[in-house]
Amino acid sequence: MDDYPILEMKNIQKAFPGVLANDNISLEIRRGEVHALLGENGAGKTTLMNILFGIYHPDHGEILINGKKTFIHSPQDAINEKIGMVQQHFALVPSFTVAENVILGLKNFGFIIKTKQVEQQIKELGERYSLPVRPKARVWTLSVGERQRIEILKLLYTGANILILDEPTAVLTPQETRQLFSAIRKLVKEGSSVIFISHKLDEVLEISDRISVLRNGKNTGTLNREEVDRRTLVQRMVGRDVLMDQEKPKVEPGPVKIEVKDLTVKNDKGLTAVNNLSLEIHGGEILGIAGVAGNGQKELAEAIYGLRPIETGKIQMAGEDLHHRSIKKRIQSGLSFIPQDRKSIATCPNLSVMFNIFMKNTIPGLKKSSAWNIQIKQMHEKTRELIRNFSISTPSSKTRVRYLSGGNLQKVVLARELSSNPSVIIAEHPTRGLDIGAMEFVYQALLEEKKKGSAILLLAGELYEIFRLSDRVAVIYEGEVMGYTPPDPSYTEKIGFMMAGTREDSIHEN
Amino acid sequence: MNDALSFIVATLHATVRAGTPLLFAVLGTIFTERSGIMNLGLEGIMLIGAIGGFVVSYNTSNLLLAILVAMIAGAILGLVHAFFTVTLKINQIVSGLAITMLGSGISGLWGKDYIGVVAERFETISIPLLSDIPVIGRILFQHDLLVYISLLAVPLMWFFIYKTRGGMTLRAVGEAPEAADARGINVFFIRYLYTIIGGSITAIGGAYLSLAYNSMWIENMTAGRGWIAIALVLFATWDPYKALLGAYLFGGITALGLRMQAVGTHIPPDFLKMLPYLLTIVVLFFTSTDTLKRKVGAPATLGVPYSREDRT
Ligand SMILES: Nc1ncnc2c1ncn2[C@@H]1O[C@H](COP(=O)(O)OP(=O)(O)OP(=O)(O)O)[C@@H](O)[C@H]1O
Ligand SMILES: [Mg+2]
Repeated sequence: MDDYPILEMKNIQKAFPGVLANDNISLEIRRGEVHALLGENGAGKTTLMNILFGIYHPDHGEILINGKKTFIHSPQDAINEKIGMVQQHFALVPSFTVAENVILGLKNFGFIIKTKQVEQQIKELGERYSLPVRPKARVWTLSVGERQRIEILKLLYTGANILILDEPTAVLTPQETRQLFSAIRKLVKEGSSVIFISHKLDEVLEISDRISVLRNGKNTGTLNREEVDRRTLVQRMVGRDVLMDQEKPKVEPGPVKIEVKDLTVKNDKGLTAVNNLSLEIHGGEILGIAGVAGNGQKELAEAIYGLRPIETGKIQMAGEDLHHRSIKKRIQSGLSFIPQDRKSIATCPNLSVMFNIFMKNTIPGLKKSSAWNIQIKQMHEKTRELIRNFSISTPSSKTRVRYLSGGNLQKVVLARELSSNPSVIIAEHPTRGLDIGAMEFVYQALLEEKKKGSAILLLAGELYEIFRLSDRVAVIYEGEVMGYTPPDPSYTEKIGFMMAGTREDSIHEN
Repeated sequence: MNDALSFIVATLHATVRAGTPLLFAVLGTIFTERSGIMNLGLEGIMLIGAIGGFVVSYNTSNLLLAILVAMIAGAILGLVHAFFTVTLKINQIVSGLAITMLGSGISGLWGKDYIGVVAERFETISIPLLSDIPVIGRILFQHDLLVYISLLAVPLMWFFIYKTRGGMTLRAVGEAPEAADARGINVFFIRYLYTIIGGSITAIGGAYLSLAYNSMWIENMTAGRGWIAIALVLFATWDPYKALLGAYLFGGITALGLRMQAVGTHIPPDFLKMLPYLLTIVVLFFTSTDTLKRKVGAPATLGVPYSREDRT
């Protein structure tokens, strides 16, 4: 075999209006390695990979595969070069079956689709790499974890040997991440190379052989796994130390700010998602809800905010029933919502940062805009201030938010939701996809609100996050609270049992 | 055969004839919209097909050549629509309306010298044996060539869309273009292709009016059929079989109106003529796009231009 690295990217440059997303980046990938790509939100990781996969075209720079200069103009070219990519956002056709998604666009199939053989092959491939899927299932019925597995099987099926995984673990449960990692290990043993993007440093340290850190569109250098630890990586990414694991501020709990009583809510499919659930949160308290995704967390949040009709039960804020109150009224009485889906619910992609921040028009201390009179000047000033305070990286306050990276989009949402002095905050996966700095920032912002006396309902996937922030942990299973624990890692096992559907009281008996 | 039965049989026979131009237009547009391009230019495309076909038929008496020219004319308008919407990313509704105006303008101009003349038309071909079946034979198997073609097209198209690789690509492009793109499918090419094919099939519907339903050219002879077809595409939820149902339902209303007028009822004729349009409103009311789009499998990106570097 030749000695060339399997892939080299040289002096890649890519500018978007107002940002230099990739600034003269060079990257070398060796055969059979897991190469992690780290960097803050907006550092240019996805852009670089999109260039490699032919989705974007670089302004200049070149790509060498096995030492040979190669032009990649479209994903088709990339696929021909045995490059495969799992995008940061799913690229699946919801109404197709798993098998159909896998063979979509592949040329070596007859005119008439015969999926039988393919289904068998996918099944075998899945078993071989321990990525179980059901080839006949329609994608829209599947969980995010299963969808992620399909994305990876898609690559394996085409025989890709350079695999780009752009934040594949952001939506996975810990068990699913384990599965993915064992598949990755198997792949590199067989000689494939994997480019792995993640914001979770522990994962990066666990799986990768070498690590490149991008910062402001530049490659700060490639390091061997042995040479680094958490701290050096953070410093490289952010350019400074990030204070972590600070003490939670002690706050004397105030009166009950929000109370949910015997709430029952249905999901989109018409099945019961929240089942006779009750909880209450005091002012200055954070209640963390732990549970496997899809156990009613989303529906609970939407019901409280008023996006989803409730079947039975009651929701009270400061003693007042919210039933029949419009969302607007709820917002005015101090309810804030940080939704999981920041693209479709939380923001208007085509509006500017400023209009997204002022969408709710509830920031106190400012003159209110009316239908006839928009306080543009004052809005500009306030937006600039918030951009500074929340360190949102955007070319200007007039930039459409669709052009922001995931992390910065989330900061825009936070800026809006937290600057209205909320008394109750529903935070659903508030740090999903955020880099360490931003994550720490969100934690500080939420703890700050807690200090000011807000009641916060935290729905998060990561136990780490729940322990880090909450005062109490409620474990949810099939829409019911199985029990409460203190926010301490020593309760992890107990929480695990409850997440699987065992009630707190029956754990004691055993 | 008693009177009532013969009235019913004659009405059903006329239903098929009146439904055929709609069926072509709906089938063509199902292709276009499956790829994610909304086309409101049907009326214009049908008109251009009608006049294009008629001119050739009048001058050469060659009906197959006439259909071919009609299809080319429709394909050209489809190409224009694709250029506007795929390449220039102009609002698809606006482009569609422009196509309608363009089509009806050109057809009016082109057809000025052909008003009042008669040309060759598709003759009835009775299918041996099948046409002898009582009742059914008369209703379904005593028609012209185009009717048979449209009837064959329905299952073929269904098979193509749901069972072949080409159909899979088409559906993927309409439903999740970024997924298709990531798999190396050329989204722009597919959208061009099916907007052009859709235009040419729609134009056959127009040609049917001037070469089979009638054998002459009348200005604006589509009389709103293009708009009805747009509503029918929604009604059919982009499914060829339901398109057949919808087209014949409307054909039936039209035929019934005409028949009733012929036998002389007390219902005012203007009301009978109005029926198809009234039904269109009812159909639109019950199948508003929003509810349809939520169903899985509908072209989710209908009306939305695709661009790689634009984040969504
Ligand atoms: N299509 C686009 N148009 C305009 N600007 C863009 C586009 N894509 C990316 N950018 C900008 O380029 C920069 C790099 O974005 P990129 O998505 O590569 O970041 P990232 O490192 O993947 O961040 P994240 O961790 O949030 O995913 C950001 O400032 C982003 O706003
Ligand atoms: Mg990214």
